[in-house]
Amino acid sequence: MDPNHRRNQLLSIGGTALLAALLYAANSAGSDYTIRILNNCAIFIILAVSYNLINGVTGQFSLEPNAFVAIGAYTSALLTLTPMEKEISFIIEPCIWPLSVISVPFAVSLLAAGIVTAFFGFLMGFPVFRVRGDYLAIVTLGFGEVVRVIANNTQSITNGPLGLKGIADHTNLWWSWGLAVLTVFLIARMVRSSYGMAMKAIKYDEAAAEAVGINAFWHKMLAFTTSAFFEGIGGGLLAHLITTISPTLFTFFLTFNLLIIIVAGGLGSITGSILAAILVTWGGEALRFLDEPMDLGLFEIPGIPGMRMVIFSLILIFIMIFARHGILGTREFSWNWLSGKLGIGGRPR
Amino acid sequence: MERSPLFCRRAGTGTGFLELTFFLQQMINGVALGSLYGLIAIGYTMVYGIIRLINFAHGDVMMMGCYFAYFGILMFSLPWGASFVAAMVLTAILGVLIDKGAYVPVRHAPRISALITAIGVSFLLENLGLVVFGGRPKGFTTPDMFAEVYEIAGLMIPALVLWTPLITLILLSGILFIIHRTKAGRAMRCISHDMETTRLMGVDVNRVISITFAVGSAAAAAGGIMWAMRYPEINPLMGIIPGLKAFVAAVLGGIGNVTGAMLGGLLLGLAEILLVALMPEIAGYRDAIAFGILIFILIFRPTGLMGSKLPE
Repeated sequence: MDPNHRRNQLLSIGGTALLAALLYAANSAGSDYTIRILNNCAIFIILAVSYNLINGVTGQFSLEPNAFVAIGAYTSALLTLTPMEKEISFIIEPCIWPLSVISVPFAVSLLAAGIVTAFFGFLMGFPVFRVRGDYLAIVTLGFGEVVRVIANNTQSITNGPLGLKGIADHTNLWWSWGLAVLTVFLIARMVRSSYGMAMKAIKYDEAAAEAVGINAFWHKMLAFTTSAFFEGIGGGLLAHLITTISPTLFTFFLTFNLLIIIVAGGLGSITGSILAAILVTWGGEALRFLDEPMDLGLFEIPGIPGMRMVIFSLILIFIMIFARHGILGTREFSWNWLSGKLGIGGRPR
Repeated sequence: MERSPLFCRRAGTGTGFLELTFFLQQMINGVALGSLYGLIAIGYTMVYGIIRLINFAHGDVMMMGCYFAYFGILMFSLPWGASFVAAMVLTAILGVLIDKGAYVPVRHAPRISALITAIGVSFLLENLGLVVFGGRPKGFTTPDMFAEVYEIAGLMIPALVLWTPLITLILLSGILFIIHRTKAGRAMRCISHDMETTRLMGVDVNRVISITFAVGSAAAAAGGIMWAMRYPEINPLMGIIPGLKAFVAAVLGGIGNVTGAMLGGLLLGLAEILLVALMPEIAGYRDAIAFGILIFILIFRPTGLMGSKLPE
């Protein structure tokens, strides 16, 4: 038992309170733009931390988050839209029966998004974890495409390529950051539990892990389903932030963004995922000038739309070549580490 | 979406003869599409066979090949034959540059690092394409020779559909010749068995890998150009779907096996065309068929049709 356990608990509570105070300040004084970016940061923290659970912690390189986020976003949006709005939106084919009359509160829809996505993740896991390595990457990528194709074609459920419009903007800083903190807390607990130990063992050597009695398949399934649950919730938050969703939103591009985040943060580090999620979301906004015309006084450089993504791709390649471990590698932030660095307080273990 | 002029809906309640011509027409169409998948799959399978890397950027290399051909015809007003050959050569060089610039530095890193690098290269090419060529699709002019439509025994067959399998066959024989009858080909086969031992035997492994990338990329360019003539337009994101499907074809045929990749491509092309032709109501799910097949194979026959070993 860590002798500093009590102090660390208090520090964690204090840290959360500080975050809440900052959010309160941002909520009352920040511009719409700032609030939008902060919301994006929180959602990307949820998505990255849960993606990191399967890719980083368990070491199963998969490329399906766009599928999970899509399932979560559609589930939650379909549940909060009122029957009236659905009637207006579904102009080609009417919405199928139970969905057409249901309308539930936001919180219930988020929970449902998580559960439905986790269920799909669970089903997906059976074929997916029959393969490993590169094949796993391709099969999960394939699932992402299949989900998008299905969303495009099931006109009476998803409204097809038209997408869903007029979703209420329920997502605010309290929802997004509250759920982000909850996600980080729960996933960190899971990683430190015996389940998490088993997942890490599978990452480093699957055969050895099986030899000491770890059931690799079910631990992978656990990580995958948990990851799906939180990605579904993240998708629900995203749908209620941007208020319009369509299948084109959930392409491989979304997965690519998340991949940059978890790779830059260090595969396997929750702290790294959080830092990188903030860095990439904020950096994406900061680099926006690249896409816009630049006035250099004497002459003007025309904006080059898409330049940002070129930079991001280069960053990913450079990280892989020169800084494979990302910002933190597999290290994590802890209060003990901080007090050790600062040289204050704390009893030795 | 299928926008081919060759695609026709099932002709309602036809006579037996109509049904037969319809079926034959679709078969020929499927073979043409399948040989394109096969040509692109060859690049995947050769690279994977040698350095165990899924070259995610392969579909985008194909896209670049189309643009090279497009600019060759449009900007330098080359005759189409010269332009296509030049495009294949340039694409081969691009493939080698990608290998040297991005894959060589991560060759001894964990496999996942190499895979992530490949995804990065894929996105880099797509977005560079968007920046340099613009996102708007460009029309691809089909040379007159391929644009004609023959009428053979009641079948309307565009010349391109006949030429595609023929050109594919010629290229496939060339590649098989390189692999089985040349020194570089022998080195490729050795490296795929044991890279370190081959290096100890005095083979310049990096040079051989470069040749592999060059051959695979040139094949992809040829496939891409015929793809562009089939759906006569090109855009910077056109490589994604054919790339993914060609990978499925490579797995279907048993990865690492060039003939298998071609067979896998043909099977996939036929399956897609025939399924959509026989059941027009599932046309929207066309792009999902390949992945359905992939998941099915990986569950029931993970070694593919030609039975190469599935690596860990």
